[in-house]
Amino acid sequence: MDDLLVVDEVVKRYGNYTALNNVSINVPQGTIFGLLGPNGAGKTTLIRIINQITMPDEGSVILGGEKLQQKHIKDIGYLPEERGLYKSMKVGEQALYLAQLKGLSKAKAKEQLKYWFDKFEIGDWWNKKIQELSKGMAQKIQFIVTVLHQPKLLIFDEPFSGFDPINANLIKDEILKLRDQGATVIFSTHRMESVEELCDHIALINKSNKILDGKLIDIKREFRTNTYEVGLITDRKAEVTQNLKEHFELTEANFKTINDELKFNVKVSSNESANQLISHLTSQGQLTHFVEIIPSVNDIFIQTVKNN
Amino acid sequence: MNHLKLITEREFLNKVKNKTFIIMTFVSPLIMVGIFALVAYLTQLNNDKVRTISVLDESNLFANEFENTEHTKYHILTNVTLDDAKKIVQESNNYGLLYIPKGHTVDELSDKIIFFSEESPSLIVMDKIENRIEEKARNIKLKESGLDPEVINKLKVNISASLETFSGEKTSKIGGGLKLIFGGAAGYLLFMFIIIYGNMIMRSVIEEKTSRIIEVIISSVKPIQLLLGKIFGTSLAGISQFLVWVVIGGILLTVLSTFFGIDVAGSQMANGQIPANQLPNNEVALVVQEMWNLPIANLIIMFILFFIGGYLLYSSLYAAIGAAVDNETDTQQFMMPIVMPLVLAIYVGFFTVIENPHGTVSQVFSFIPFTSPVVMLMRIPFGVPLWQQILSVVILFGTFYLFVIFAAKIYRVGILMYGKKPTYKELYKWLKY
Repeated sequence: MDDLLVVDEVVKRYGNYTALNNVSINVPQGTIFGLLGPNGAGKTTLIRIINQITMPDEGSVILGGEKLQQKHIKDIGYLPEERGLYKSMKVGEQALYLAQLKGLSKAKAKEQLKYWFDKFEIGDWWNKKIQELSKGMAQKIQFIVTVLHQPKLLIFDEPFSGFDPINANLIKDEILKLRDQGATVIFSTHRMESVEELCDHIALINKSNKILDGKLIDIKREFRTNTYEVGLITDRKAEVTQNLKEHFELTEANFKTINDELKFNVKVSSNESANQLISHLTSQGQLTHFVEIIPSVNDIFIQTVKNN
Repeated sequence: MNHLKLITEREFLNKVKNKTFIIMTFVSPLIMVGIFALVAYLTQLNNDKVRTISVLDESNLFANEFENTEHTKYHILTNVTLDDAKKIVQESNNYGLLYIPKGHTVDELSDKIIFFSEESPSLIVMDKIENRIEEKARNIKLKESGLDPEVINKLKVNISASLETFSGEKTSKIGGGLKLIFGGAAGYLLFMFIIIYGNMIMRSVIEEKTSRIIEVIISSVKPIQLLLGKIFGTSLAGISQFLVWVVIGGILLTVLSTFFGIDVAGSQMANGQIPANQLPNNEVALVVQEMWNLPIANLIIMFILFFIGGYLLYSSLYAAIGAAVDNETDTQQFMMPIVMPLVLAIYVGFFTVIENPHGTVSQVFSFIPFTSPVVMLMRIPFGVPLWQQILSVVILFGTFYLFVIFAAKIYRVGILMYGKKPTYKELYKWLKY
């Protein structure tokens, strides 16, 4: 799988402040790439560099094998976090204008707009002014305008903010569909559950540096702690607990059950296997619950940023 | 380039379709002409009142001198005492009472004449009365000295020097005023245009910032294209509005002056110009000829060049300010440096250029790019060497080029900056980003 976008050792300084310090990321073709980081980490600066809004001081950006240049503007669709539309302009006119700025011909833009307006069932908005629409409605228009010119690379910065759950789902499905049709998506958000759900790859930026990146599944493997949630029914609670403590590292567990049982998080050391734990547990009582704790993106985020 | 066209078109249409803009375009000339007509009407009304002035002439020297005019009637009192006369005048609600006491010689009277009135009398009225008395007194003294006033009047010589340039063109003194009107109007028009439409550009930039559409736009086009598109689009809208104003205003004025008999030319002349009917006929012909002799082609071409150059220069600054702030109230601190040179140019134009169109100060200010559009436009009707005009235009457009780069830098950084109001120091830092 080729990388559509390669950001190589990019440095960006504003006066004495370094906004990006030697940041490199590779975004593979046809994937959804989560760009994560705390507020002010430098995500927006990186996104703006990819959009050629600002130029990097050092380093290079390669898109589809070529150095990023003016002509690539039509290959990128960008939905910024701080977004809006001309309030007093009609929806249709405005969408046409923005599409033409992205290089579509007027006829082509109209055809595409009709397709999307029909799809979202908002054909009757065409002659309304933006100020007559609700925030969520305006967000829909912005989404359409972002994807209208069928760009190879889509950049969404907090795409779900302002949407109700139904519309957020609608947009999520469209993003997945676009990916399946071959588009590559960079997705920046603070909503970790949507990262879990959507992203194939992630990169974490903190204080102007990239501190983590890779395939989400690989990262999760890397962060696994070999800890299992355990539920065990036994009459000899104190004795069993004592016995387990001698062999394993126990911490308090916090999952819901319907039985009155012992609940632990059990950490297995690297030279033991889960099977050994299970056989030990079954010898002590009736095992009702056994799940590996997979680190959430949320945990990985917090842990990595704290340690940084 | 295609982007520039798209942006210019959008900016233009957006301005022109705006309801307020449409209303202003068509209503403003109506209001202006309406006010003009109102002022003309009120002035007439003011003059329509007939004043009656009673005259009590105990010396019997001047009573016959006061002839009734359209707006002033004289009522000669005889065989009454001063106290009675005062009562009569007050009761009949006359404008005032002129009292000339008994005296043997004219000299004796000179500081004894009194004008009684309820309120302070109009200076013009007093002037007329004093002139009458002075003329009569002079004639009396001439007679006393044994001279005939008729003879004296015949001896008067009236000198009026004709003006002619070395190349043989006849000019008139009125022509100087004409040049002043042409130059002044051009300079003032540009001044107003910059302030009105510069502000419009600024607001349009702020609107894009506050509606947060800017980041979407800027990911599609270069900031400089957006900046230029804005300036061009707004300028086109402005020029269209101006043309509509001129046409509607012209038509209305013509209609008004024809139907209501308001003498437009006359009322303009009253503001300090010599009324046309007092000029000898050949002088009027000269003025007309003078108008055609003005370097009209030169004037129009330079008007267009300086107008565009000056407007573009200032509007790039307005756009930069719009980009630097979040809302209109924050613009105040940055407006000063823009408005100051403009006001200076107007003052230099109206005082220095009138005094001496080719003096050092006038010349210097007609080359400084921030004042040159206004000052040079005022100088041109008086004849400025072509090389000076060209040099000034070149400097102007060169500066515009530099400032567009400068403005684009501030613009590029500013449009994506939200939050606190920047200081000049920060603006300087932005230039280096």
